[in-house]
Amino acid sequence: MEILDYAFMQRALLAAVLVGITAPAVGIYLVQRRQALMGDGIGHVAMTGVGLGFLLSASPVWMATLVSVLGAVLMELIRWYGRTRGDIALAMLFYGGMAGGVLFINLAPGGSNANLTSYLFGSLSTVSESDVTAICLLAAFVVLVALGLRRQLFAVSQDEEFARVTGLPVRALNLLTAVTAAVTVTVAMRVVGLLLVSALMVVPVAAAQQLSRSFAATFAVAVAIGVTVTIGGTVTSYYQDVPPGATIVLLTIAAFLLLTALAAPLARRRARALAAGGPPADPAECAIPATRAPDGGVGV
Amino acid sequence: MSDRSDRADRKGSGMGEPVIALRGVRAELGARPVLRGIDLTVGRGEVVALLGANGSGKSTAVRTVIGQVPVSAGTVELFGTPRARFRDWARLGYVPQRTTAAGGVPATVTEVVSSGRLSRTRFGLFRKADHAAVRHALELVDLADRAGDPVDALSGGQHQRVLIARALVAEPELLIMDEPMAGVDLASQEVLAATLRAQVAQGTTVLLVLHELGPLEPLIDRAVVLRDGCVLHDGPPPRAVGQHALPGHDHVHPSPTAALGGGAAHHCHDPHAPADAGPLRTGLLS
Repeated sequence: MEILDYAFMQRALLAAVLVGITAPAVGIYLVQRRQALMGDGIGHVAMTGVGLGFLLSASPVWMATLVSVLGAVLMELIRWYGRTRGDIALAMLFYGGMAGGVLFINLAPGGSNANLTSYLFGSLSTVSESDVTAICLLAAFVVLVALGLRRQLFAVSQDEEFARVTGLPVRALNLLTAVTAAVTVTVAMRVVGLLLVSALMVVPVAAAQQLSRSFAATFAVAVAIGVTVTIGGTVTSYYQDVPPGATIVLLTIAAFLLLTALAAPLARRRARALAAGGPPADPAECAIPATRAPDGGVGV
Repeated sequence: MSDRSDRADRKGSGMGEPVIALRGVRAELGARPVLRGIDLTVGRGEVVALLGANGSGKSTAVRTVIGQVPVSAGTVELFGTPRARFRDWARLGYVPQRTTAAGGVPATVTEVVSSGRLSRTRFGLFRKADHAAVRHALELVDLADRAGDPVDALSGGQHQRVLIARALVAEPELLIMDEPMAGVDLASQEVLAATLRAQVAQGTTVLLVLHELGPLEPLIDRAVVLRDGCVLHDGPPPRAVGQHALPGHDHVHPSPTAALGGGAAHHCHDPHAPADAGPLRTGLLS
């Protein structure tokens, strides 16, 4: 494994694995609440942070973390209070964030849009020691939240109203989800880039759903897919001269297509097993034949 | 039926504070007044049905109780505590209308039911007793054999039973159910009625929003009928007659209030006024 002889590749692989774990681990809650594109919105907002980092000669990673956390909290507050035209407010936040990034980076001494490119599309081979430290700390936070609070986050994402009636601090959990998503975006920023972050949060989850029947299995399979494609994409980019971010995203979509193709025959086999040797159908099912048809096909 | 009068006696003797007490409650959705000063009291161990047409405010009334709709006037108390200061959520089991519970990721019956147990756990950590409670709740609604199945593979009636198990898993003293029988097949209706009967026998207090009394009729101590955000009737449930009394009879009727007086009410009447509270005709109401 000569690939591991290079320090920059060690850093790149470590960062890639952490992104492969964290992005789907947070993404699953966003998909569950049907806010799949929230990661994309945060990515746009984070650009202002990157621009500010250059302008103020601060670390773009930490600056992006700060700004995207603020943006995510703002999005959550808009969702909470401004029910009427929330989508318009969100659009302004997204594009304001992107425009802010372009503006600030061009104001920075010697800055140009070229500096932005490595954040927009990722630049895995230039990940520095301090980047790796930041990525490790942020990833630890994300994993702690996504795993440690999985029951609470599941309940809130599944049925917000019911979660409030069980006494869960729903507003705090929603803010925490938003903050965790923002942190994940900045973790993934150097690996796949701000414009492609959302793909790693959403597509592995969608791919896992093709096979899984439970939330726990979806979580595990999505993380496994995430780690596989980020390592696969990084290694591919080392041997073939291709950009790692784009390679990772295309591999994720390939995984989705593969699992979708596998799912159809599996669903047919499950349906056959149910019809032949399955448990005796209970009267409730017989009473309403219309619901039988989706029974076999759903949930795979 | 003697069961019902026993419970009514207990309630009548005025034991303890009411489990739910709404006094002069008004609520608006947007600018539209939905509740226009309603009183509703549910005593310990009582089974109260909230009836009314679509738009009469019965769901909103229940949602003020659980704090999902703000109250613009009047007071809401749960177990003698003002709603805003009530924190003892494990004492309350809530079954929403079925449409609200659908996530974008597959989830099994066990996973959904487990989320109802969080009010009994510390930091969401499940112990042996919590896992046992989940299994027990699934047995109560006769879904133990579907525990590992994804909820979206279930029929409407089975899904409703999952939501009831999710409310029962915290072993609540008060069960609030919003239209538990809507879109539920006959077999599931019977399972639901049996589940509820067992809960009531254990002394659980129940507030039900219903479109019609249906198979739950024998369990209900008192019916409160709403119309246009006002209490129209508060008293014994109308008795089912003729074929409506048969268990499992499939009720398809116009809204209950169609039978109750005419003309739109612009203010809340005294529910005990004879003109409004007159004999309820079960054939149309049930």
